[in-house]
Amino acid sequence: MAVIAPTDFKKRLDRRKWEGRAFYVLCLLAIIVALGMLAVLLIYIGMKGWSHVNWGFISSFPSRHPDEAGIKSALLGSVYLVIIAGLVSFVLGVGAAVYLEEYAGRNRFARIAQINIANLAGVPSIVYGILGLEIFVRSMHLGKSLLAGGFTLALLILPIIIIASQEAIRAVPPSIREGGYALGASRWQTIWHLVLPQAFSGILTGVILSMSRAIGETAPLIVIGALTFVPFTPDGPLSRFSALPIQIFNWTSRPQAGFQEAAAAGIIVLLILLLSMNALAVLLRSKLEIRS
Amino acid sequence: MQADTILQTKNLSVYYGTNRVVTEVTLDVLRNRITAIIGPSGTGKSTLLRCFNRMNDLIPTFHLSGEVLFEGRDLYAPHVDPTEIRYQIGMVFQRPNPFPKSIFDNVAFGPRINGYNGNLADLVEKSLQRAALWDEVKDRLKGSALALSGGQQQRLCIARTLAIEPTVILMDEPCSSLDPIATLAIEELMRELSEDYSIVIVTHNMQQAARVSNYTAFLMAEADRVGVLVEFGESRQIFTNPQDERTEAYITGRFG
Repeated sequence: MAVIAPTDFKKRLDRRKWEGRAFYVLCLLAIIVALGMLAVLLIYIGMKGWSHVNWGFISSFPSRHPDEAGIKSALLGSVYLVIIAGLVSFVLGVGAAVYLEEYAGRNRFARIAQINIANLAGVPSIVYGILGLEIFVRSMHLGKSLLAGGFTLALLILPIIIIASQEAIRAVPPSIREGGYALGASRWQTIWHLVLPQAFSGILTGVILSMSRAIGETAPLIVIGALTFVPFTPDGPLSRFSALPIQIFNWTSRPQAGFQEAAAAGIIVLLILLLSMNALAVLLRSKLEIRS
Repeated sequence: MQADTILQTKNLSVYYGTNRVVTEVTLDVLRNRITAIIGPSGTGKSTLLRCFNRMNDLIPTFHLSGEVLFEGRDLYAPHVDPTEIRYQIGMVFQRPNPFPKSIFDNVAFGPRINGYNGNLADLVEKSLQRAALWDEVKDRLKGSALALSGGQQQRLCIARTLAIEPTVILMDEPCSSLDPIATLAIEELMRELSEDYSIVIVTHNMQQAARVSNYTAFLMAEADRVGVLVEFGESRQIFTNPQDERTEAYITGRFG
């Protein structure tokens, strides 16, 4: 004897099926809205700026005339900034992650550090800009230079790199460490020869992805004084600079239609740069993982 | 202490935090013999084994009382460096754990990090031959160690251990993840190696202990005491004529 009468069960079943379908449609709508917005953005930008993207646009300096304006200095500035930020945060981030995962154990300092790193990852980027202005531009007298900008971006992405590196290090099985210790390897040799090589692909992916975050940052660079009109290529780490997002921001605030197109074209270049960095991260990851 | 005793525990108790997992074990391991440690799960067999190369040091809450002696020297004396101990007392683990490197680099790892200056290729070949793996891998030394079968990987781990010429080899259930054929190969290998090395093996498999070991230690958990050494003696005697009725009950399969 069933606990629910067959007619009741049938009625409930229909209702349950209907609920299931409704839920499915809601989820589908959510993804369509999310992707739809992105598609609208891409199409709008593409229509507006694609005709403007050409070698002249990439190889010219900014200009008062929209048709002659290019992104050479901004693009170079962005590339240099991201390379500086990537190198600095890679060294510091991996060092910090190795300390936390391999040396610190469960002491009080490590626990506090861990919580604060998670918090730092959520600090608004403009706060890092103010920090960079105070420390690098003023206290260290680096001026409003590429180096100051790169260091500021390095601070910004450091927490992300630490967390990604920690995860990569944690994914190395303990049996590998034991195998090393059992052969008389010291702790440093075990970390250097066994743990880090195996964690490397994960670490590298984290670094590249956070570099692609850094390349899109605008606020901290404005705070530390990036220029919006740079008719020269940076000639060294202490050179003043502009960056792609800054250039785009500047152009979008101009009334002329030509600059609006230039801004759209700049966004396209920035997006291509971002996507190729992310693709590189995916590629490196799969390549390195097959080899090991 | 007997002249040919190589490892010794005296009244050894091991704790993880306040949890005692080995209780007052006194045991002599003889040179160039195979000593098996048997007993049910959770009776401190692996913990006892890991005291001999200070592998337990990696666990933060670990501490012990009593003594562990290697050639008469206290392994836990304050000035003793565990790295130096592990260089002389090798270990093979329960699951094969080759490094994600080439076969050659796996075997060469120990000599390299310990600063070996001789001919590395010769040493690798000799070690692989001693581990009865050379013929199977000599054409692909540059290939990844992870491409080997489980049994081959375990023999590679043995070769890796042999490459640093240890005095003692500790084996923590080395065959538990292998099939019967691979198990047989490892057991044969252990017999050959015992001519030059002292071997201590933890095993769940009583037939294995009876087949390969010269001496057997039987550990058990009692009501409030875990890791008690019930009986220790020649394997032949333990498996045919045990003195303790608990040993007899265990080896005849009445519990465990």
